[in-house]
Amino acid sequence: MGREFATRVGLTVLFLAALTAAFARSPYEFDFSPIWAFRVRFVKGFLCTIGATALAYVVGLALGVLVAIARLSKNIFIRHIGDFYVEVVRGTPFIVQVAIAWWGIASQIEGVESRFIVGTLALGVFAAAYMGEILRAGIESVERGQFEAAVSLGLDRRQTLQYVVFPQAIKRMIPPMTGELIALTKESSLLFTIGVVEMMSVAKDMKAKDLATLEALIFVAVLYLVITIPLSLLARRLERKLGEGRRSGVDLL
Amino acid sequence: MIEFKGVSKRYGEVVALEDVDLVIDKGEVVVLIGPSGSGKSTLLRCVNALETPDTGTVTFDNRVVQRTDGDVSELRAQVGMVFQHFHLFPHLTALGNVMLAPRLARERDEAHARALLERVGVADKADVYPDTLSGGQKQRVAIARALAMRPKAMLFDEPTSALDPEMVGEVLAVMRQLAGEGMTMLVATHEMGFAREVAHRVVFMDGGRLVEIAPPDEIFSNPQRKRTQAFLSKVL
Repeated sequence: MGREFATRVGLTVLFLAALTAAFARSPYEFDFSPIWAFRVRFVKGFLCTIGATALAYVVGLALGVLVAIARLSKNIFIRHIGDFYVEVVRGTPFIVQVAIAWWGIASQIEGVESRFIVGTLALGVFAAAYMGEILRAGIESVERGQFEAAVSLGLDRRQTLQYVVFPQAIKRMIPPMTGELIALTKESSLLFTIGVVEMMSVAKDMKAKDLATLEALIFVAVLYLVITIPLSLLARRLERKLGEGRRSGVDLL
Repeated sequence: MIEFKGVSKRYGEVVALEDVDLVIDKGEVVVLIGPSGSGKSTLLRCVNALETPDTGTVTFDNRVVQRTDGDVSELRAQVGMVFQHFHLFPHLTALGNVMLAPRLARERDEAHARALLERVGVADKADVYPDTLSGGQKQRVAIARALAMRPKAMLFDEPTSALDPEMVGEVLAVMRQLAGEGMTMLVATHEMGFAREVAHRVVFMDGGRLVEIAPPDEIFSNPQRKRTQAFLSKVL
């Protein structure tokens, strides 16, 4: 990993230098200093983004398990509920869902006042559709012969799932589930639309005050990368460690 | 020990089994031959309730085989099954594969498991994972796994059909040894040499029917039915 990491860092620096050189020729005068005045709010926003993402991930996982169970059910009625959920959630933009969750649903319920909680729950409901599909696909990827071999040995249904199907399925789910965490981190930026004070909303406030708009956006982008790049590296490591997704023999470029 | 009575099974329009009657005695080795799609696999899979007949009954050890039976797991533990494509558990070592069922039945006995691997000639591979084994080794581990619950009978579903030719012999040798020890065996195979040498009776199947049943020397040297003759002239 050491050498690859060094190469990666080197390439990143080179790329940033080229980018800076390109911007230096433009008439735009960069001034990152106003960001300093917003430093406390940026830190809070950063923590809010991490908190909302983490909580939504847990909610999404719990609901996602239910979605997967529903989609794999023998009962056609239950299966249809699962299908419907996945289709509706994946077929509509999150920005619409979160708006409905806050102005449409939460505002009707007495005592619900936390934008953070409503937004996070909406994000969890959103994530569950994708995570449920990852879980379902993982379980379905275990070939039927494994199930037959297990029951032929006298294992009952629960033992077959616990000792034969799940261990193989979970291995295949880990890389896409990590990917989902990255996607969720970015998706959480849309919580600013209902007034949750996460990172994106701070940049938007600066824009509203006509302060260093572009600089603020670049700064926020870097903050997201601070979260997502380590996750992405972790995903790659897990993928390699689990031996799945081995490099195919085909070079595309 | 195993009895089929009027067993029929269809998959939509396709007839898999048609009114099959067959009795297999304790200690008997019965080999099923016939073209692909003749119903050999389906017949085997009815014994341990991987398939359910549409009509008719299968009994094992004086007990009717039923998938809905609450004790179907207990029955399956008494019948070892070996698959064409091995179906070893990739997340467990060879030893782990053999020990899984006894462990869950609280009859954990590592010495027995190791003895079984020894018996099929892969004792030195006990601690490796299936993906590093050759096809022949995989199938021998699968046989050891099927023997782990001390079954009363063994089912072999084309156990050598997915193997490279040079590995067929080592698997057949293990099966021959098992037959010699008096194991009740029902074997679907295309290995006519094995059928001739090891079987007590050979069953020729076609279109889901048992066309001809006879001891190997009779069926191979003097087949009575036209369809048997036609099949054997192609494969021998």
